[in-house]
Parts: sequence; structure tokens; C-alpha cells
Amino acid sequence: MLHEPAARSGKDPASPYKTRIGTWMFCLYALIYAGFVAVNIGRPVLMEREILWGLNLAVVYGFFLIIFALVLALIYNGLCNAKERELKDTVAPGGER
Amino acid sequence: MAVAIFLLFVGMVLGLSFYFANKTRSASGYYAAGGQIHWGVNGIAFAGDYLSAASFLGICGMIATSGYDGFLYSIGYLAGWIVALFVVAEPMKRMGKYTFTDAVDAKFNSRGIKLMAAISTLVVSLCYLIPQMVGAGVLVEPLLGMPHAVGVILVGAVVIIIVATAGMTSTTYVQFLKGALLIVFSLVVTVAVLMRGLSTAPDQGGQVPFEPNVRLAAHAAAGGLTPADPAYAVVETHAIKAWTFYKLSRDGRISWWIDASQGGQAMLEECQWESRRAGAEPVVNGEPGGRLRQVGNLVSIEGRSGPEARTGPTNPFRFLSAIGSPDTQVLQWRMTRIKDAEGADVTLHHTYTTPGNKILRPGTRFKIEGSLLERIDFVSLMLALFLGTAALPHILIRYYTVPSPAAARKSTIVAIAAIGFFYILTLYMGLGAMVNAVINPLDNNMSAPLLARSFGTFLFAVITAIAFATVLGTVAGLIVAASGAVAHDLMDRFAGVQMNEKQKVRAGRLAAFAVGLVAIVLGILFKGQNVSFLVGLAFAVAASANLPAVIMLLFWRRTTAKGVAASIAVGVVSSLALIAFSPSLFSQYGLDPATAPIPFDNPGIFSIPLSFLVLVAVSLATRPKASPGVA
Repeated sequence: MLHEPAARSGKDPASPYKTRIGTWMFCLYALIYAGFVAVNIGRPVLMEREILWGLNLAVVYGFFLIIFALVLALIYNGLCNAKERELKDTVAPGGER
Repeated sequence: MAVAIFLLFVGMVLGLSFYFANKTRSASGYYAAGGQIHWGVNGIAFAGDYLSAASFLGICGMIATSGYDGFLYSIGYLAGWIVALFVVAEPMKRMGKYTFTDAVDAKFNSRGIKLMAAISTLVVSLCYLIPQMVGAGVLVEPLLGMPHAVGVILVGAVVIIIVATAGMTSTTYVQFLKGALLIVFSLVVTVAVLMRGLSTAPDQGGQVPFEPNVRLAAHAAAGGLTPADPAYAVVETHAIKAWTFYKLSRDGRISWWIDASQGGQAMLEECQWESRRAGAEPVVNGEPGGRLRQVGNLVSIEGRSGPEARTGPTNPFRFLSAIGSPDTQVLQWRMTRIKDAEGADVTLHHTYTTPGNKILRPGTRFKIEGSLLERIDFVSLMLALFLGTAALPHILIRYYTVPSPAAARKSTIVAIAAIGFFYILTLYMGLGAMVNAVINPLDNNMSAPLLARSFGTFLFAVITAIAFATVLGTVAGLIVAASGAVAHDLMDRFAGVQMNEKQKVRAGRLAAFAVGLVAIVLGILFKGQNVSFLVGLAFAVAASANLPAVIMLLFWRRTTAKGVAASIAVGVVSSLALIAFSPSLFSQYGLDPATAPIPFDNPGIFSIPLSFLVLVAVSLATRPKASPGVA
């Protein structure tokens, strides 16, 4: 695998955008994760209920949390890449405006 | 063959280390691999760092004995990467140079932050090192037939050589190799489990005949049960909690039984047992120096038992739905310690059955339907797992091995994909161990390698070697982080010791040696604890000490240097104090856990908010006064 050279990171004009969407996505995931914990302590019997393909809510919710993390991560990366490309022209070589 | 494959692996790891040793000339090379690692390699190395003994040995072991409750660790550990990706990854890369301390101190250049962040890095790394070393001892025992302590010392020695010779570059490639192999071979074990399917008489693929528990008809009498077979004589009776145990003698041979009466039919069931007397060899199941049988099987599958219950090869959904059925009964084991009439310490392993629907939902280990305190303890654990990942020093330093913030982001996404996939596999490996009669009743940490052994020596050797490399790699990463805290943060930046590049690398290597020695001692002292449980505690310390500082530095402009230093100090001290007085640690000290002054095991729900509050309060109290004439 080819390695990129180490580069000093300059000012990143996409940074505020990335921070904003990162925060929103974090809040969304935290909410769904909190829901998982809440069902566990509030209505644990619900976790036994069969939901999909013979699997109960505990397994489906657990797998969903893992897969959803990856889906969100890919969306985040796509949005960040698009923004970085869009703002690339506004930054001079060397990372400075 | 197992030993040969194992030694080949360790040799390969050491060879890689010596190869990169010749290339490490600068502090940047030692601590951050020169910042030149490709994001794809770094992502898998992230997975290698993260999928430590806790993930592979601890989670699989906990699922094997507690079902879904062990899988909660998988969910929490993976969810933590969301915090790492969305909140921490790119800013950490932008702010830092070599260590976590560099990042939190980038804005202030404060001696207080340097000191506190370095201490926090050291403490968290040591907390995380303990379970890895425990895992090392566990692995070496069955593979090389060496005692636990020898395994711990062996790992410590090899890792010190790796780290002290080459630093972050070799650690990265060891982690890359190990992370990739771990995922591939875990998939192989999972496929093998599914192909074997489920049965109520698991015989490890025909290698080990299944031995069902022996039962004995009995008569109810005034003083308890009497065996119907007159050849047995009752020697002792012990009533403990809800159970009554009988020590029986037949032709002078001792055995232990538990009252297993059902539906008005008096019945005794044989226990596995281990008797220890001072100065004498332990007696196991009546044999001096004997070994306990491996355990764990299904009594019925969806209401059927015997040969007709066998499923044959099955698919991933069917496997889970069959185990999770309310009509499936899982045989599990618990341990009770008693002192017999002759003064020997006897450990009894006796069975109980749990319906499948209770196995595949939370509640067997974590008392989510228990008291308010028990529920708070559960929430506290899930909070620490969620917030701990993004605060682990050995994970954070991996952001400095890539060339740019975008590469840091991409490597995190590769890590999430690899780690998420592995964690789904843990459910199959853990449940596979639970139903295939492979669990060691004394220590569930070996469940995954023992499951692999049931598919043949080759898979066992490869899986054990990978697990050992897992421990080596994670310990190496942790020791690099800890040595960075001592040599770079404390000596160079805090104390201002003047060193050239060569001396900095030498200081790092000496620090690695010292930290490695401490880790060896702690690994021996904590023998027997579930490694995932111990890592959960390390997560709580990391989340309490480091995360509030990182988050507030990024999102609250009024954060001051004193606020950051105070928050880290309070986070470390409060989480460690709560853990030190918790029931689990009291048990480790040999005291009654019920007498522990802190009634819960997981401190995060108290220590994390406390650390945030202290940061806010101290920052507000120490904010710089506005100069006259300045708006």
C-alpha cells in the first residue's frame, strides 16, 4: 500500500461544516443509543419480543446500532469529501487562504 | 503443531519489530511512525489496537457464560467510535503532535495540563494494561502448559522488546497484521459453528464424547435426601442460599451432589468439584491434580431433545432464533464455595437451566430488573463504554500516525467497518462456546480459543497465536502511549529536560521498560477476573479523566488551562476511588463484596459529569479578566 507523505495540516475551510454535521450525527446516534439503554432498563421484556426473521428486539436493535454506526460514518465521510472538494479552490497551496 | 504455529507468530512479530528498529531515528518516528501511515493500514491497525484481549477473549467469554449481556460490551465498544469519528478524530489530528497531552495543551501551553494529562495517560494505560496481561496468562496456560504468571512475564518481555526497539511503526504493522488475521479467522470459526449447527449432545465434532450430568434417584427423609442406591452413603450436608449440597461416599470414593428434586420427585445431580487443603495437591472430581470437564450445552432446542433436536448446518438467523426460543433450555454453571467438615476449601460447580429467550436479552449478568442502584450501575457501564473509546490514549495517538485530518477521518471509518463486523461475529463465537461444551468452568476468558480447538488443533493454534498477538499488539500500543507520557510529556515538556532526538527516543524506551515491568506485576495480581469487565473499568477512567477536557476544549470557548487540569485530576481520582471501593474490587481483595462502601461497580455515571462540572466551575472562576478599555 502506498503511503502519503506526512504533511503539515493547514487551515481547513471545511472544518466548521464538518464540526456541525459531526455534532448533529453524534446527537442522532446518541439518541438511538440512549433509546436502547432506556428500553433495557424500562421495559426489558420488550427485548424478548420477536421482530424480524425469528430474531428478537435485543438482537435486531444491537445489530442495528452496529450497522447504523457504519452507515452514518459513510454518509459523514461522503459529505465531508464533497465539502472539502467544493472549498478546495478557495485555499491556496500550503493550506493558507 | 500448536506450539510451532504459536512460536512462528511470535517470531514474525519480533522480526517485524527488529526490521523497523533500524528505521526509527527520531522522536516523531518513535511516537507517531513519522506521521506517514496510509489511512487504510491505520484503520485496520486501529481495529488491531481496539480488538484487544477484552474484545476477543473477554466478550466471547462473557457471552459464553452470560449470553446477550456480554454482547452489550460489543455494542457499547462499537458505539464509542461514533464519538471518536464525529467529535474527536480531525480536531485531535489538527491539535496534536505525538501524545494526548500535546492535543489538550495545544491552546494553553500550561504546565498544569501537561502534568495532569501525562498522569492521566499513565493511569488509563495501566488500567487497560491489566486485562491484557491477565489475558496473556490465560492464553499461555493451556497452550504451553505454563502457569499464569509465566504467561504474563513472557508477554511483558516480548512487548518490552518490541516497543523498546522500534516504537509506533512496528506497533502499527503488528496491529495491522493481527487485526486483519483476527477478523478473518473469527469469520472462519463463526462459519464452522454455523456448519456444525446445534445439538443437545455436543461432542466437539466427535473428538470428546458428550458427558451428560449424572443423576441419582433419592428418597426424601427428615434430615434431607438419601440416595436410593444403598451403595452411596451421605457424609455431609451443606445448605447454602437456595441450594442443598451432599457429600457422598461410595466404596471410599468421594463425590459432591446437589438437590435437583423436580415435581415432587427427589433427585440428586452430580457437581464438578475441586478441593484444596493447605500443603496438599488439589483434588478435582476425586482425582488428585485432575482437571474439570469443559461445560456448556443445550438441554432442549425449541422444545425437542435427543437426536431429533439436532439442527444440522444452519444459517446466521436460524442459529440465533433457535437459541433465543422460549422453548430452548440452556444448561449453565455456577460456582459455590464451601468449607467441608475436614477443613478443606471446596469449590462446587453446579448446573441450572435458563430458557433461550432469557439468554438472548439483557438481564442474566446485569440486574436490569433489579433495584434502582443496579439499574444505575447498568446505565453507568453503557455510558462509560460509549464515551470511553474517544478518550483512550493508545487510540488517540493513532491519529498522529496518519498524514492529515482527512486521513484520520477515513482511517476511523475503516476501523468502524472492521470492528463492527468483528463484534457481530463475537455473538456467534460466544454462543457457539455456550452450546458446544467447551467452556472452562474456572475461567471463561478462554472460551473462544477452546471453541476453535473443538474444530481441530490447527484452528486452535492459529486462533491462540492471533489472540496472543492481539495481547502483544495492544500492550505494545499502550506502552508506547505510557512511555510517551513519561518521556515526552513529563520529562521533555513538563520538566524541561534538555534532550536531543536520540536521547528522547532512549528516554521513551527506558520508560517503556519501566511501564512494562509494572504491567507484569499487575497482570499477575489480577488473575481470574473477566478481562472485558476490567477493560470496562479502564473505559470509565478514560471517559472521566480525558473526555470532558477534549470536548470542552472543542466546544466551549471559556475553557481555561486550570479548568482542564482540574477536570482531568478530578476525573482520574474520582473514578479510581469509586472503583477501589466497589463490590468487584472488594471481592478481588478477598473481602465480602456486600461490605463495599460503594454499591456499584461502574463509576462513569458519577465521575464523568463531575469532571465536566469541575471543568466548568474552575474555568468560570479562573477566566481572564477583560482589560480596561477592551469591550
